[in-house]
Formats: sequence, C-alpha cells, structure tokens
Amino acid sequence: MLGHELELAVRSFKRNRMLTLLMVLAIALGIGAAMTTLTVYATLAADPLPGRSHQLYAVHLDPQDGDDYLPGEEPPDQLTRFDAEALLRDKRADRQALMTGGYVAIEPEQASLQPFRTEARFTSADFFAMFGTPFLAGNGWSAADDDARARVAVLSHSLATKLFGNADAVGRSVRIGGADFRVVGVMAPWRAVPHFYDLYFGKYAEAENVFVPFSTSRELKLERAGNLNCWGSQRARDETSLEAKCVWIQYWVQLDGAAKVAAYRRYLDDYSAQQKAAGRFQRPPNARLYDVMSFLRVQEVVPEDVRLQVWLAFGFLAVCLLNTVGLLLAKCLRRSPEIGVRRALGASRRRIFLQFLVEAGVIGLAGGALGLLVALVGLWGVRHNGQAFGPLVSLDLPMLGLNFVIALVASLTAGLLPAWRACEVMPALQLKSQ
Amino acid sequence: MDIRPILSTLRRHKTAAALMILEIAITCAIVCNAVFLIADRIERVNFPSGVAEHELVEIRMGNVSTRTDAKARIAQDLDMLRRIPGVNAVTLVSQVPFGNQSRAGSVNLRPDQPKQSLNAAFWSASEGFLSTTGVRLIAGRDFTAEEIQDYDDLFRTGDTPNVPVLIVTRRTAEKLFPGQDPLGKTIYIWTTPSRIIGVVEELARPNNLVRQPYSILLPARHNLGAGYYLLRTASADRDRARIAAIDALLKADRDRVVIRQNNLDDVRREYFRQDLAMAWLLVAVSVALLVVTALGIVGLASFWVQQRTATIGIRRALGATREQIVRYFQTENFVLSSAGILIGMAGAYAINRLLMPHYELPALPLVYLPVGALVLWALGQVAVLGPALRAAALPPVAVMRLR
Repeated sequence: MLGHELELAVRSFKRNRMLTLLMVLAIALGIGAAMTTLTVYATLAADPLPGRSHQLYAVHLDPQDGDDYLPGEEPPDQLTRFDAEALLRDKRADRQALMTGGYVAIEPEQASLQPFRTEARFTSADFFAMFGTPFLAGNGWSAADDDARARVAVLSHSLATKLFGNADAVGRSVRIGGADFRVVGVMAPWRAVPHFYDLYFGKYAEAENVFVPFSTSRELKLERAGNLNCWGSQRARDETSLEAKCVWIQYWVQLDGAAKVAAYRRYLDDYSAQQKAAGRFQRPPNARLYDVMSFLRVQEVVPEDVRLQVWLAFGFLAVCLLNTVGLLLAKCLRRSPEIGVRRALGASRRRIFLQFLVEAGVIGLAGGALGLLVALVGLWGVRHNGQAFGPLVSLDLPMLGLNFVIALVASLTAGLLPAWRACEVMPALQLKSQ
Repeated sequence: MDIRPILSTLRRHKTAAALMILEIAITCAIVCNAVFLIADRIERVNFPSGVAEHELVEIRMGNVSTRTDAKARIAQDLDMLRRIPGVNAVTLVSQVPFGNQSRAGSVNLRPDQPKQSLNAAFWSASEGFLSTTGVRLIAGRDFTAEEIQDYDDLFRTGDTPNVPVLIVTRRTAEKLFPGQDPLGKTIYIWTTPSRIIGVVEELARPNNLVRQPYSILLPARHNLGAGYYLLRTASADRDRARIAAIDALLKADRDRVVIRQNNLDDVRREYFRQDLAMAWLLVAVSVALLVVTALGIVGLASFWVQQRTATIGIRRALGATREQIVRYFQTENFVLSSAGILIGMAGAYAINRLLMPHYELPALPLVYLPVGALVLWALGQVAVLGPALRAAALPPVAVMRLR
C-alpha cells in the first residue's frame, strides 16, 4: 500500500543526497546520545530486587541531641548499635536484619595464596531470606547463631572458588580476621543494583565476598567500613560500642501488607517515645520507613551527572529534530510544483500527506539504525570509563525497541508539519505558475 | 541596508523562520550552560593539593588479625622506609589529598556554639609532616617535638581531647578570621581551646573538596588502625621506591596485607576521572550542537536561495550588485540569529537556575551573554556565507530565462 510512497521517497532522497545524509546523521547522533544516556539511567535507577522491593523497608530513627533540632527534618539514615540491637530483639517485622559493611583479612590454607583483604558484611540471620539471595550450597545461619556469636560464614561464589576450588566449601573451615569460621553456605553469583542496602559502601558496589554474624564481628572487633556519624561533645573512645552516640548501622525489615506497615510505624513511634522517656532520645519521635524505591529516590542514588546527561541528550535530540523539520519543510515547499502535478493527476490530499510522512519515517528509521550504532559506541565508552556501574550497562531488548520507537515517533512528529504544508498545496496555482 | 524587505520575506516564511530561531535559541541555551559547567569542572580538576604530588607515594597496610603492638610496628616501619634507597623522607598520615578516607569534624569560634563555623579535615601532622608532604608554611611556625602527642592520647577515655596548638590552612584562616591575622587566635575543635600557631598555604582534603575546602593540622602521631605511609622520592624513583618499600614492609611483618599503593599523581587522576569525562562529554555535545545548527542554517539558506532564484534575478537585473545580494542573506541570518540569541539567553538563565541547586553552581556570569551572542552570530554568518555567495553568483540573465 505504501509501495508507491516509498518509491517516491527514495527518488526524492536521490535528488538530494547530501541533504538526506545530513538529516539521517543528525537524527542518528540525537538518537544515539539519547539512547546511551537513557540506558545508563535505566541501569542506575533500576529496581534492585524486582518482585521483592515493595515489601522491604529501611528503618530510620532520630536519636540525635536536641540542640540543633529542626522539626520535620530527615532523621539520620542509619541507626545506633543500641537501637539496631533493640529492634532486632523485638522482632516485630516479618523479617529483619541489621548490618554494616567491613573488611576482613583472609588467611588461605594453601601456602600458595598470600593473606588478602576482602569486603565483608556483618549482618543477622534474616538477611538472606529477606533479600532472597540465591545459594549454590548450604544456607544462611540461624537466629540462634546470632545469639551465640557463632563463628559461621557465608561466602560468595568467587571467594569459595578461590579458597576451595571446585570442592564443596560448606562445612570447611576458613580463617577470617585471625579466627576460624565454619562455612555454612556458598552464595550463587548475586548483585543488587544499586547496592541499596548500604549505599555508603558504594552505590553500585558488588555484593560482599564474606558474610558473618554481626554479633560475632563485634566480639572479634572486625574492621567496619562505611559511614559513621557521631554527635555530642563527648567523643566515645569506641565509636562502635553500644553506648556510643554514633549512627553506623543499616536496618532493613520486610513487612507484608499495608496493615503491617502501619503497625510497624506505630511500633517505631512507641519505641522512640519510650527512649525519650528513658532519656536516651531528646527529640520527639521522628521515625521513617521507606520502601526500597522511595529510599533510593530520597537518597538520590542516581548521580546528578547521569540525570544531566539525559537532559543534555534530549536537548540535543530536540535541536536535531528542529533541524530536520526545517529542512523537510524547505524541501517540501520547493517541491510544490511536483505536488501540484500529483494532485492534478488524481492523488488525494491523504496520499500527499502520506507521501511526506513516509519520507520522514524512512529518514527516521535510517537515523534510528545508525543511532543504534552510535549508542553502542557510546555505551562501550561508558563501560570503559572506570566506574563501578560500568560493566552493568548494556543495551537490552526493550531498549532496542525503544530506540526505534523514539526514532520513528521523533521523525514522524518532525514530518507532520511539512506533510501538512504539502497537502495544502493548491494544484491549480502550481500548474499555472509553471 | 534596508531591513524591511527582509522582514516581509521572513513573514511569508514564518514557520521555517520560527524553526530556525528556535533551533538557535536551544543551542544557545544549552551551549552557554555547557561551557559554564565545563569551566566549573576544569576548576575542580585543577584544584591545588598543596603537596608535592609528583614526588609522593602512598602505601596503606592492613593487619590480618587485631594487634596490640601497633605503635612499635609503626616506629620500626618508618625507620625501615627511611633507609630505602631513593626515599628522601617518610611520614605516616591519617589521610591523603584526593584519597578514599577522611577524618573531619566541626570547628567553632566559641565552645558552646550551636551551629559549627565550618567543617574541616583533621590531619595528624607529626615530625616530618611538612618536609615530607611539601606543604608550605606561610606564617607562624611548625609544631615542636614536645607539642606532638600520640593520637591515642588525644582521646583518653572520658576526656575531651586536648589540643593546645594547631596549624590551619590559608582558606581555613580566611574563612574563620576574614581580614585578620590568624596567628595566636583561639578556635575550638571539640570543646577545649586551641591556639593557631601556624598557617600553611594549602592542603586538599579527601572529601567535601569544593563545599568545605578546609584543613587543620593536629600535633599528633597517627597510630590508629591503618594510616597512610607517605614516601617522598624523586619523580623518576617513585615506582622503584614503592616496590622496594612494599617488599620491605611485608618482609618485616608477614601478618599483614597491602591495602593501597599509589603514586599520588594517579590518586588525583582517579579522583577527578569523572569530572574530566563529563567535561569532555560536554565539549563533544557543544561542538555537535553547533555543527548541527550550522548545517541547519546552511540547509535552510540553500533552499531559500533556490526558492528565490527569480527574485534574485529580478533584483540583479534592476541593478543590485553581488555584494548587495550577499549582504541581503547575511542580514537575514543576522536577524534570525539575533532573535534566537535573545530567546536563548533567557533560556540559558532558566536552565542555570534549574541546575544551581543540584551542582552548587553560581549564577551564570554576565560575560556569557556577549560572548555567547558573538559566537552564535559568527556561526550564523559563516554558515550562511556559502549559500549567499552562490546566490550572488547567479547571472541575472540565466535567472530571468528560467521564467
């Protein structure tokens, strides 16, 4: 049905090769830039745990002193050790875990391997079930292990392979921070993107290699890492002690359903009020519960630069499209005589309109195809830019579809005005002036 | 040159003219802000560190298990590192410029101030800190050996830390005591008073570089956890010295691992890598925008020339010179560009307002107005020159014969 229009389009392109090339190139650059930035944005703003994240909530309390209190202020986004351990004891959520990042030294059994340091997470039993971490062998530890400060560890797949080769690591012993731990589970490769449960450990960090009970990590004084924020004039000698006025622990809960969320909110307010009555808190209850996606929004996890790049790319695409509209318009006005002849020979306004839209659409598709190449080059650049999230960025199928949707929509929009102008041409006037 | 015929022609091509104006406006708005952002990034990337960057090596060791002999270990390490060939000076610091760890805190002018005067990085500066790092003392004096304490002793349990003397950076002094001599003045970190005895030129902190570029030197021997050994060597000797140092450190004590080892040049490069990448990206987008806009002008002008062949022919036949034809198209472009620039400048300021809170940017300086306008005018004139010359080259007779 569009055969004749396509043929006309090709003929028109051939008459203005340079101009056609220019329009295709401009659209390709615009689309390529837009797709590159959108892909990066989509990767960085992704849901780290699809299907689970809406049930998971970050818990924030406000234990700070009263002197520079501003009502309605966001409370700190981490808890004190005292509060985290108290909430964990109460176990009022469906699942809950306290956690902090850290580094541990590992001394391999094999003499061929030097001792090395690696990222660790000190957490509690529910971490694995709550976040749905996949296991290759074994499992997480139990709440009883937390209470007993058991020397148990879960290893990442890569660390287990490094230490024990292909042999089953579960049940083996590993020396962590100068103490012997029993491996209870080996995780399958897993990575939450973003690293939502502890943004201070790197917004797009890889999952840790070693997981051990928080209680055990405190007993052994393993090296914690991440953000630690203290207040008050008295500096605690041990900033990680129970009584220290320092926040440094992340606390996540799983709540199934709105009723439980409301109940948990009440519980947090009651807890804050209790602590205030006891003199530990000075401010009015100011507890917050954020589900994963709200938490990532509040924390502004997507870098400002990435947002800016998206705007910049779409601004650039807009200029490229304006350019195309202008050129198509000029081209169509110059072809008024030709349109007049077609109309006189019986082509309806609809056909003329279609003719110019098809022309714009073909330019758009060609621009889209070339733009895809530009985007692939752009993404290659992003991957090799040395950022933590670099390797995660890739063009997936939906994005590929979006590429051509944007190309087509953009070029057809650009083609509307010239096409409209074209079908308004008066055949009689044009024929007379020839 | 009479502008009226131009305006009346443009009025007959309202849509095309409006599109051209809009394109120039958006380009102008984006490019102005992009250039401003580039300037901001370049300023960041060139932020002075205050240390002898090209002659320093950082090494950070971590212990495998918890240890009790940290102090003795550090003393032995320093002594050993000093004897490595090519190493001129060694010190242990709590943080390095553009590094990944920071110790910082609030600085006040009164002990019970509700809101801090500023936030500064606290550097442990023991014997040899200035000579090793190359930080330049510009007023007052260095700490004496008697003044320097162990970092531990600053934090005896229950006590508030007591630091009687301090050295501050020039920026810190200017912020705390604008226009005054900072020497001898008293400031409060924690709640005890400290007297400023010296001012150093610059010392870039690892974080908060732009918002709070303040640093304070404490007379302390760093002995908490893992510090950074800084080695000063001749530029050419750095790699050799680093390898030898690590070898020696591991040989002296097997119960530890290397956490970080870098030449300070690389630390800076890594720190600003994103800023540099973003600056280049902005350059690329700006250039692409200008090129696309210029090509758009060329394209549209070419079509107008073709479309107006008859008009040009008549004008030429009626005695218009080639220069007048060229000037006609140039003036037309000037009118379009001016309209675009006017709208674009308003847009540039609007975008600037939107960006300011997110990037800690100041308002767009006024100098961007004339410079941006000149660039876009020039771009338009260059772009239109080709089509205009082609129009002027049309022989009047050939043109007339077309009819």
